[in-house]
Amino acid sequence: MAFEEKRAWVMMVVSVGAYTIYVVTILSRAGEGPLADVAYAGTLLWTIGGAIVAAIVAHIAMAVAGGHGADRTDERDREINQVSERIGQSILAIGALAVLVMAIAELRHFWIANAVCLAFVLSSVLSSFAKIMAYRKGGFQTW
Amino acid sequence: MVKPTQVTNVIRALRFAHDEMTQAELADQVGVTRQTIIAIEQGRYSPSLEMAFRIARVFRVGLDDVFQYPDTEGDLS
Repeated sequence: MAFEEKRAWVMMVVSVGAYTIYVVTILSRAGEGPLADVAYAGTLLWTIGGAIVAAIVAHIAMAVAGGHGADRTDERDREINQVSERIGQSILAIGALAVLVMAIAELRHFWIANAVCLAFVLSSVLSSFAKIMAYRKGGFQTW
Repeated sequence: MVKPTQVTNVIRALRFAHDEMTQAELADQVGVTRQTIIAIEQGRYSPSLEMAFRIARVFRVGLDDVFQYPDTEGDLS
């Protein structure tokens, strides 16, 4: 398996894992009261920070475990990465539009912050999925 | 998912003709990953012109001796 494909798997697992932990934590705090009243900011920031650290640690561990040259990348990896990132960013554009509408509708900050967070997670998952499919099915080249 | 390239190659045959060079050894000499060499050999990836020249140089042959393109073009749509 290509190193970049492994990284894509790690990103997908970390993104889904971190978001799941966040959602479970918030829902467990809500109890009977309204969800938007739950203190979310600290948990959200810690989850994002933890996910970033986990991804970096996993990346370093894979590079060390793979031995010399394991993390080598080439032009094919860069091409796949660029197209996959672009695919993932389409979700961010949709998320930004949704947030714009939510802000105009003057929804509570809780919903706006969580919509942005969800957009980032979905973007990361879609980008990772596109990358994995590209490595497995033959990339994005067209002739 | 992806239409295979019409560019074919004889990298596999050239590797065997060069002391049964492994894909990893060729990848090291070209400066790419082994997965990219595998993808090129299987026709799943069409390398850039520069990478194609680097591959040909490893085998000390011309580009045409490594990569071929059919005389009659198929459906390019």
